[in-house]
Amino acid sequence: MDHMLTRSLDRAATTFLIVVAACGILIPLSNLLLPAGSVFHVPTYLVALWGKYVCYAILALSIDLIWGYCGILSLGHGAFFALGGYAMGMYLMRQIGTRGVYGNPILPDFMVFLNWQKLPWYWYGFDMFPFALLMVVLVPGLLAFCFGWFAFRSRVTGVYLSIITQAMTYALLLGFFRNDFGFGGNNGLTDFKDILGFNVQAEGTRAALFALSCLALIVAFLICRAVVSSKLGKVLIAIRDAESRTRFIGYRVESYKLFVFTLSASMAGVAGALYVPQVGIINPSEFAPGNSIEAVIWVAVGGRGTLIGAALGAVVVNYAKTFFTSGVLAPYWLFMLGAMFVLVTLLLPKGIVGTFNSWWEPFRARRLAEASAAREDGVSEPKMAE
Amino acid sequence: MNVMDTRATSALLYLDGVHVAFDGFRAINNLSLALEPGEMRAIIGPNGAGKTTMMDIITGKTKPDQGTVLFDGVTDLTRLDETRIAELGIGRKFQKPTVFESQTVEDNLLLALNVDHSVKATLFWRGSRAESERIDRVLETIRLTDARNRLAGSLSHGQKQWLEIGMLLAQDPKLLLVDEPVAGMTDVETHQTAELLKQINRDHTVMVVEHDMSFVRALGVKVTCLHEGSVLAEGTIDQVSSNERVIEVYLGR
Repeated sequence: MDHMLTRSLDRAATTFLIVVAACGILIPLSNLLLPAGSVFHVPTYLVALWGKYVCYAILALSIDLIWGYCGILSLGHGAFFALGGYAMGMYLMRQIGTRGVYGNPILPDFMVFLNWQKLPWYWYGFDMFPFALLMVVLVPGLLAFCFGWFAFRSRVTGVYLSIITQAMTYALLLGFFRNDFGFGGNNGLTDFKDILGFNVQAEGTRAALFALSCLALIVAFLICRAVVSSKLGKVLIAIRDAESRTRFIGYRVESYKLFVFTLSASMAGVAGALYVPQVGIINPSEFAPGNSIEAVIWVAVGGRGTLIGAALGAVVVNYAKTFFTSGVLAPYWLFMLGAMFVLVTLLLPKGIVGTFNSWWEPFRARRLAEASAAREDGVSEPKMAE
Repeated sequence: MNVMDTRATSALLYLDGVHVAFDGFRAINNLSLALEPGEMRAIIGPNGAGKTTMMDIITGKTKPDQGTVLFDGVTDLTRLDETRIAELGIGRKFQKPTVFESQTVEDNLLLALNVDHSVKATLFWRGSRAESERIDRVLETIRLTDARNRLAGSLSHGQKQWLEIGMLLAQDPKLLLVDEPVAGMTDVETHQTAELLKQINRDHTVMVVEHDMSFVRALGVKVTCLHEGSVLAEGTIDQVSSNERVIEVYLGR
């Protein structure tokens, strides 16, 4: 396993991991330890906001893994994110206990309001944190597995697959909107009190959640790197570039797609689970098809097939969104988002990181060539074939 | 279907009475063909004669409407999908060179090696000496040793054709289907490709589809001419090219 990890880390990846780790340690420390007047003090609202970005970065990584490396354009990944979020939200709801408006020790407020007499079976177990964590990974993974099983076996690819992923998230949106579905309907799940006994509003909890999100981003990144730099990663790229050729060599393409799609969905679920306690609410609007499309735009802006670019794109686009939607430009944000997508597609088809890499490539190649020439002790480079 | 019970034929590949139609157009019409183990066969014929469709049927891409397609005398290929057929040992080179352009020449061959292709095996794969030696040998055979670290997309057209043949070699199938290997090649490359195929034929059965008659002549093997989805003539290149019907529909007077 360590062999897989060391092989997969180049200089850029190491830098990325160090930056994320530094943020994950320094930002919470500065928030908690420095006095509010200090220039280095990070206010709590920013910790929560950046924590949200980090969760989005994990979602972006999960999309890049399937889109950038295997060519599966999912326009419904927000669904897996939201399902992970709901699983965490259900745990948080059960933690409220008698502190709810109606004071019912078992039933969440919305169930009392709807005159439900007992907890639906699918809410069982969510009072236990380990069970909720398991569901955070399992529920999105299982949905992705079933969805992928049918879609990939029937060889649904390209735009058709994108459309049915949209339909999937839209169907879930409609389902979760219904009160009798048992997840709080339109209002979703909110009014959380504490997580593992800590107050979710407290500064310390928020700082810890931020640090955990950074840790999750690091782990997700390492998993993605291990996958894409293994031989399996080469097979994924082969499928992306020439699917039927890959089949004729004897690879069972649908198994590969299913594996990577399920892995990606579980990662998106973890991102959603970290997101919910930091924003304090999960409601059906998280299933909105637009959210999933927006997440794809982050990846396109950052650079698909680069992993680092996906995470970077999520942060950059969401920072821009926060910046522009909080000022006079607010009504025009969607136009800007659309314009950004068009401009990136036209001018930076490889995204920020991809474009940077192709500028940097000639320098790097020269340096590598010099290094290898030095190593070979004066033995001249073999001549390229005519 | 008593052919299923026992080995009914010594042929490695056996097609009998195969029909396939696309929207009423009969692409393959009562096609029967047999390839003996170790044989090399050249397939010629005008455009639309069904050469590529025949390869699609053999490799599982297209299912025939009726007819028998047997591999090794016992395996009914019409029931299997592409992956399974590739695993059985049938490799295919496409008309348009199809290599994995964004990966290196070496990685292209690595992907093609006939090792365990399951998800688990590739996820935890580690290179072995035996594998890299096999890749080295293939690189030598296809004369791309110096280009091993180049991206396949940066190769010339002829080199891509060879790389694809090299991928077939790495796959080490019992039967190689080679679709128009010298299309777009220079005369020198065409000659080298004929030599390469002859070398490959020493331990593989090969079926080559080609338009280039001088190339087919250079191969010096049995020739089958297809026309409108069935066999028009079969024999040596001289017999086939002097056949009245072949001259009429294909070679021209």
